[in-house]
Amino acid sequence: MTAATAPVKADRPAPAKPQRSRWAWAPYLGIAAIVIYCLAPFYWMLVSSLRRTNDIFDSSAVPSPPSGDSYVAAFSAGNGFLRALGNSFLVAGVTTVLVLLIGTLTAYALARLDFKFKNLVLAVIITTSMFPGISLLIPLLELFSGIGWINSYQAMIVPSMSFALPLAVWNLTAFFRQMPIELEEAAQIDGCTPAQAFRKVILPLAAPGVFTTAIITFIASWNEFIIALSVVNKKELKTAPVITSQFTGTTQFDAPFGTQMAAGVIVTIPLVILVLLFQRRIVAGLTAGGVK
Amino acid sequence: MSTVVGAPEKPDRVKPARTSRKEGTGKLAGLLVSPTLLVLGLVVAYPIVAAVRLAFYQRNEGIDPETGLLESGDKFVGIDNFADMFRGDTGARFLNALWNTTSFTLAAVTLEVILGVLMALVMHKAFKGRALVRASILVPWAVPTAIAGILWRWIFQADGVANDLLPGDPVLWTTDGPQAWLAVVIADTWKTAPFIGLLVLAGLQVISNEVYEAAKLDGASPWRTFWSITLPLVKPTLMVAVLFRILDTLRMFDLPYTLIGPGKNSTDTVTILAFEEAVKFTKYGPASAYAVFLFVYVAAVAFVFVKLLGADVVGARTGRNR
Repeated sequence: MTAATAPVKADRPAPAKPQRSRWAWAPYLGIAAIVIYCLAPFYWMLVSSLRRTNDIFDSSAVPSPPSGDSYVAAFSAGNGFLRALGNSFLVAGVTTVLVLLIGTLTAYALARLDFKFKNLVLAVIITTSMFPGISLLIPLLELFSGIGWINSYQAMIVPSMSFALPLAVWNLTAFFRQMPIELEEAAQIDGCTPAQAFRKVILPLAAPGVFTTAIITFIASWNEFIIALSVVNKKELKTAPVITSQFTGTTQFDAPFGTQMAAGVIVTIPLVILVLLFQRRIVAGLTAGGVK
Repeated sequence: MSTVVGAPEKPDRVKPARTSRKEGTGKLAGLLVSPTLLVLGLVVAYPIVAAVRLAFYQRNEGIDPETGLLESGDKFVGIDNFADMFRGDTGARFLNALWNTTSFTLAAVTLEVILGVLMALVMHKAFKGRALVRASILVPWAVPTAIAGILWRWIFQADGVANDLLPGDPVLWTTDGPQAWLAVVIADTWKTAPFIGLLVLAGLQVISNEVYEAAKLDGASPWRTFWSITLPLVKPTLMVAVLFRILDTLRMFDLPYTLIGPGKNSTDTVTILAFEEAVKFTKYGPASAYAVFLFVYVAAVAFVFVKLLGADVVGARTGRNR
């Protein structure tokens, strides 16, 4: 990218030049501003989690001395935080797998096959992703309390599919569309049925897209809050974001911020690692699917 | 433009095989699409219908005058639940929540769009440090909203870092009042402006350099170039981003709930109200009425937005405009 644009700049009429060099630093200042804007609050969470309980209200940029007290407190037996992390993994993981199994098939049909009502199906899936979650949650909550699903994993997984499935279908459809159709045509000329073409040609090639969609869906399900907050009130089944928001201090009005920051860091770190490792792909997926 | 997705390229390609394969393709498509539709039917269509039904019922309370037994079950109350949304104490609470929801959306989305476009312009100009920016811009997006709420609650504590950095007397951000409203707007903007920046950047990158060269030759100022070239060309991308941000903010729950807490005049949204009715008081009737109202409100906003401003949702969301 740099190489492609540099020569163009050199040919520019001379009068523009002094101005350009005078403002050359401006984008870098902007870059620095963006990085600080994005990372400063997160950094503050990290720093606060590493302070000693007594220093928690310090506002120095580096904790001195650093301490793991808050992390020990977050994992103390009474909080059930470890179990909550497991619950989060289970709920987000199962949701992601289910949604990918169903979504991959549908996305392939939407991207590649020519069939009646295709536009209608597309419209329906877009529309469902716009529905406010609470409108779906309240009747499901009533239903779940009727059939004894309150305090169960499926009560968190099933409603999560209402936002995760449209998300996955959109991302996958965008990925399938970007793949050259010639490959399938070649497969068909070689005698593959569309189903075989999908299984033997498309799926292996689409693996990066499916993987990216899996990450995005997992992050969305991991971050889900209101469903998990509503359908579960037993501590053993709460997810990590819910339990972190409900940590209590020694008294009712004493919010244990150090512990909450430590828990917040732990809940966020897996996602930040995913983001750092796969940033290029995630950005491609988010912008192609144009999703939340 | 918005409905015929990918149609032009398909017919002539498939034509040679069409007569023999058409029927099989239809069946296959049906087979592939039906699981998604089935699941969406169960977790989206059914709940919507059930919510509308629930909104006309209330739980029986009190004692049956004839038998003297404690009443149970639901009773049909007509439009009472909806009427209660506009009268008396419940009406005041609801209208206040509706105002909060709307004002959050207007303020936050406006701020996010301005900041997001600025960020996109900066990222588009800078070639070094792109990977760093991209990674850092994804961090606010990846932080769970509920955790972001707790984090900002900590920042906005009376003796927290926000008051340390600001001059003057400490502000009680997380109690109630306009400052609590502002705290939620700030937290929401932090979390999503970078994301809008990312989407707009994708839109900027497809604009060909020649257009800018031409503008430069014609002597257009950078300001003029931005308004007459950049903005119109990223408009389709921006419109879709704005629409989805609006719909997302209209259902806002996590941030005000964890940052300020429920039951606050200045930050309760319609979703918080419905959640409280349903989960805290198990009043599914009134809760459903709130939820159905929000659903209609969101649908109306989406409809007006698509009709008036012509957001090409289908095209953009399936990557056709890439």
